[in-house]
Amino acid sequence: MELKKQKNRTKRKFEINGYTIEDRFRGLDRETKIEMLRKMFQIRHFELQTEQFIIRGMIHGTCHLYIGEEASAVGTIYATKKDDYITSNHRGHGHCIAKGADLNLMMAELLGKSTGYCRGRGGSMHIADVGSGNLGANGIVGGSMGIATGAGLTARMKNNKKIVICFFGDGAANEGIFHESINMASVWQLPVIYLCENNIYGMSTPMQEAFNIKRISDRKISYGIDGLTIDGNNLVEVYNTVSHFQRECRRGRGPVLIEALTYRWKGHSKSDAQVYRSKEEVSEWMKRDPIKIYSGELIERKIITRKEIEDIENRARDDIKKAADFAKSSPFPDPETIEEDVYA
Amino acid sequence: MENKRQITYLEAIREAMQQMMRKDENIYLIGEDIAEYGGAFGVTAGMVDEFGKERIRNTPISEAALIGIASGSAMTGMRPIAEIMFSDFMTIAMDQIANQAAKARYMFGGKASVPMVIRTPGGGGTGAAGQHSQSLEALVAHIPGLKVVMPSCPYDAKGLLVSAINDDNPVIFIEHKLLYKNKRYVQYVPEEVYGISLGKGDIKRKGKNLTIAATSFMVQKSLEAAEEIKNEKGIDCEIIDIRTLRPLDLDIILTSLEKTGKLMCVEEAPVFGGFMGEVAAQVAEYGFDLLDSPILRVAGRNCPVPYSLVLENEMIPGVERIKEGIVDLFEKI
Repeated sequence: MELKKQKNRTKRKFEINGYTIEDRFRGLDRETKIEMLRKMFQIRHFELQTEQFIIRGMIHGTCHLYIGEEASAVGTIYATKKDDYITSNHRGHGHCIAKGADLNLMMAELLGKSTGYCRGRGGSMHIADVGSGNLGANGIVGGSMGIATGAGLTARMKNNKKIVICFFGDGAANEGIFHESINMASVWQLPVIYLCENNIYGMSTPMQEAFNIKRISDRKISYGIDGLTIDGNNLVEVYNTVSHFQRECRRGRGPVLIEALTYRWKGHSKSDAQVYRSKEEVSEWMKRDPIKIYSGELIERKIITRKEIEDIENRARDDIKKAADFAKSSPFPDPETIEEDVYA
Repeated sequence: MENKRQITYLEAIREAMQQMMRKDENIYLIGEDIAEYGGAFGVTAGMVDEFGKERIRNTPISEAALIGIASGSAMTGMRPIAEIMFSDFMTIAMDQIANQAAKARYMFGGKASVPMVIRTPGGGGTGAAGQHSQSLEALVAHIPGLKVVMPSCPYDAKGLLVSAINDDNPVIFIEHKLLYKNKRYVQYVPEEVYGISLGKGDIKRKGKNLTIAATSFMVQKSLEAAEEIKNEKGIDCEIIDIRTLRPLDLDIILTSLEKTGKLMCVEEAPVFGGFMGEVAAQVAEYGFDLLDSPILRVAGRNCPVPYSLVLENEMIPGVERIKEGIVDLFEKI
């Protein structure tokens, strides 16, 4: 009895946009906390390596780098279950890595190799691993929102207790399918978390030119659902928020709209000269590096030392180097196979 | 034979869905006004009583999301049959059809399947004008990853729909509004479940002088024209029902041409860029030596489907135009 009381007293809660969110992060085991940092480093170095491949002309198409947004993917996916579904967008490498994708197969896909996730047929914007619940990146802005909602309908009809995370950006929030999908998910109370990674720019167009509201999450009112805006660069906040709402979702309380504020450090794609934003703005956001914020949090909570962090980063760098080597040494697809897999 | 039951095209389609839904609980219907209302043309009438609103799933008027949802559920283990109220409205959902459902499998390296049927009524003749009368099959048949089916009679409608439902690809199943309840085209349809292979055309009338390849309602009009022209001029037409536009059964056409040497293609869509252009091109590529006269297309005029009956009849090929085509082609030697 005494023990229980004490436990209650130490259970921290905090308020975001009027929602009381419990600090479930605290209760996580040390391995998971470190694993999340490792994933963030993997994403960071995966993208840095990808950038190198772009510079060296080894990427045939384009790539949309996720650097600066790592906390959003990792915090969200670690707050859900392994067999839950996700859908992703054109800036999808981070979601994919967080969901546990094989780095070798991802990198091979970027180089258009036959060993890649899509056998060289999809490239950066179409990496998927349906078996593990990753229903795919998507080259059409908002394109995966219907698919995510459909996976939510499957969960509902099969009663399999799964939920769906639908990652999309601020740009997608102005597509018609955003409205159609969230409305239908709400009418049917489907277990979908619509996770809007608001990185302020839809390609070059800033928020204030594309919205006449301050918070995209305010649109929750139109659909009669819960919604809130959080600091997408703070992994602990992302983790706790998604953790809270995924429970609600799984209990059948319908969809939710979470807006995670973040920023992409790099241009929209490989061809972006970034004339629409200032260097000062970029460097301001770089001071809010999600990896530094999370590392600091782990040190402060005495979970890890600086030395250990360095080791984790070095290991992540090695993982990426191995993936790059794998990709480079893999063969290109046989042109004879070009029409395979158009149909089942 | 006379004692066997005769049912309409609409009843055949409904029966295929009912029987398949009884066999597999992963099959469900999704669309606008399909539950109590029974769908705009009544195809799903009464089904909600048997299967309930979870499986006969009414949606808001949101074509893009309803196709997206059907695709997403198909990728995760369901087998949806989506209804698009008029085939014209496929354009509203075109991203979801052409960029998502059709490409998921290929783009993901063969690791995804989208076992989904999109049922939708096409065609004109109802006075509904430009946005409710189109024949948009060429638009979807052009997209790799989609299969496209257009049944012309009740027997085929049931068998082809059963196969479409069993298929692991997205199948666009285009029905014709004028066939739905038309008692003139009732037919014996077996009560048991049967499939008709997608990718197989069908000879609807045997003949020796001229080959007509047609789709959907134009098969019925061609049959009528063929009977009249046989009586009037003695020309004996062989009529091939394309049935599945993609995959296309070219062999059945070439085999017929070995006998007739003449090809006329009949479709309802505007002739420019129509599906029969593909048929004509393939015949020219692979069967040029079989032809003893140019290929003739009898198709919709190059304008939107107009409202006024006089204009609508001018736009859509009728029996007279098909007969004129037959005579033209036959006399060109």
